[in-house]
Amino acid sequence: MFSEFLQYLFTGITIGATYALVALGFTIIYNASHVINFAQGEFLMIGGMGTVAFMGLGIPMFFAIVLAVLLACLVGIALQRLAIAPAKNADVVTLIIITIGASIFIRGIAQVVWGKDYHVVPSFSGDEPIRLGGAVLNTQSMWVLSIGTVLVVALILFFTRTLIGRAILGTSMNKLAAQLVGVKTQMVLMLAFGLSALLGSVAGVTVAPITFTAYDIGILLALKGFVAAALGGLGSGLGAVVGGILLGVVEAMTAGYISSEYKDAVAFSMILLVLFFMPRGLFGARTVERV
Amino acid sequence: MAKKSLMRRVGVLAATLTTSLLVSAQAAEPIKIGSFLSVTGPASFLGDPELKTLEMYVEKINEDGGVLGRQLELIHYDDVGNASSARNFAGRLIRSDQVDIIVGGSTTGATMAAVPLVEQAGMPFISLAGAVTIVDPVKKWVFKTPQSDRMAAERILWDMKRRGFDKIGLISGTGGFGASGRKQTLAVAEEYGIEVVADETYSPSDSDMTAQLTNIRNTDGVDAVLNFGFGQGPAIVTKNYAALDIQLPFYQSHGVASDSFLELAGGAAEGLRLPASPLLVPESLPEGDPQKPVVQAYKEAYEAHWDSSVSTFGGYAYDGLMLAVQAIEAAGSTDKEAVREELENIMGYVGVTGIYNMGPDDHNGLTPESFRILEVQGGDWVLVE
Repeated sequence: MFSEFLQYLFTGITIGATYALVALGFTIIYNASHVINFAQGEFLMIGGMGTVAFMGLGIPMFFAIVLAVLLACLVGIALQRLAIAPAKNADVVTLIIITIGASIFIRGIAQVVWGKDYHVVPSFSGDEPIRLGGAVLNTQSMWVLSIGTVLVVALILFFTRTLIGRAILGTSMNKLAAQLVGVKTQMVLMLAFGLSALLGSVAGVTVAPITFTAYDIGILLALKGFVAAALGGLGSGLGAVVGGILLGVVEAMTAGYISSEYKDAVAFSMILLVLFFMPRGLFGARTVERV
Repeated sequence: MAKKSLMRRVGVLAATLTTSLLVSAQAAEPIKIGSFLSVTGPASFLGDPELKTLEMYVEKINEDGGVLGRQLELIHYDDVGNASSARNFAGRLIRSDQVDIIVGGSTTGATMAAVPLVEQAGMPFISLAGAVTIVDPVKKWVFKTPQSDRMAAERILWDMKRRGFDKIGLISGTGGFGASGRKQTLAVAEEYGIEVVADETYSPSDSDMTAQLTNIRNTDGVDAVLNFGFGQGPAIVTKNYAALDIQLPFYQSHGVASDSFLELAGGAAEGLRLPASPLLVPESLPEGDPQKPVVQAYKEAYEAHWDSSVSTFGGYAYDGLMLAVQAIEAAGSTDKEAVREELENIMGYVGVTGIYNMGPDDHNGLTPESFRILEVQGGDWVLVE
């Protein structure tokens, strides 16, 4: 009985950690521009597929990951320079639509260059799962969780302690005011896209041993990741992690104790309920609109 | 002067055109084979090998002198996996290209969208898609080459029964393939005296199915587990199954019968069984097997020509084209009614997918036995007798 519960919990944490890591990626760009970057999933894909491609060239895994992450950063910066910057005076909705277009474009290129097959990324520390109280936990989930934790702490420090981080926050709060005090807002945005691509591609490589990777894996992961981010409160690093894990655990518990048919229904009802009472999510900023 | 020479040139040109037209009319018109396939888009893993197969064999047949002394001409469109464009292209093939027969329709959706048009126009149509609804109820002009998912379910249950399993756990994807497979399995289980005691599902985007598998494991009396699904989902199920260390015999469907599945699932796939086309194990077929030479020839030709590994789906297109050719040859013309009748009369055609015995009430012509039961041993497919 208890081992079952433990198993559902571990499964939930595995799924949730994946969502959380993906959700974190939405945070930086949202904080910098209030844009929800729908090409975030493609950064994940580049992380995973890039690693597979570079490993295919005979490069050791660690360096393949580094190269894939660099590639994703370049794509992120290019996305901001070539697609977002030219439309700088457009409103947020237009920018969001641009990111949707960019995601389709990147996916198309990846399909041509890397093909349409699913690929395996080896686990970071072997395939042998950890057995605990009659339940099994994948070692890769531990990696996902710990990398998620490190990233949250790093994000919090970055946004509260560093000048650049505060410049990014400032830009999102009031672009004009930020410009007046000498923040180069375009530069800040470019940086935000680069960083977010870095975060996304690291997440992509870390979850790939669990989910596999393919040119279209971004759509699947980003959708649930976005839901997790909205649940936790967009823009909050802690919220992304809590939202992701909560979503994962609810899904696994529903699949385990009620029925796998209702898994998504229960998860989405919970989100509706949370957002109904707390429209900004669990950890969203409680800003007061000044008139 | 200049005007005169221009006139003369025009005259010469006109004369040449007329003669060339006459000549081509004399040297029999080509037989037009129409096709609409999902060459790109989400179902491209079906359409891509299908088109490659059609192109390759049309070329080959033409080199060998064509059919009825006429060359074949392949006219194909890419429906991108979209049913409504499949319908448009089927209309175009019938009305403006005026093809003699259609071999195509990678997905069930695309096929069913084209069915009303071919039925109305009276166009022989050989579909390459899976679902049983295409030929059940029988439609006058519609045939298909792949086995239906019902046959896959029957074959799996037959093997389970043979091994003495009465109670099974079922886990299936909620995508079209998995959902239909689940329905067919539940429908035929009773005939085989097998009870489905656990029935779990997962959505195609799920990244972990441990909770569902834990439920199946904890259900009393389960003898074996069957996963009906498609894409990366079944590979994740296989990995979770191994991680949970479930010792029950494990079955997958024909949806993952490919080498890429073995690559994804790795060592976790060891010992699982599934029904598949003999195309996966041409070497281990016994010498006397009538399909052996056909399968080997197709595999060799495809891999030499395209430099990529052969897939079951290309085999459907091979059989579709060969059935069409055989029917046209038997009919001695491209008269549509005659070709349709000959298609219906095909008996004992040995194809890549199986041995076809068509009939007025069977427009598929295959039996569940055309599926071979394979087991994964040492990271490779092994034929189970």
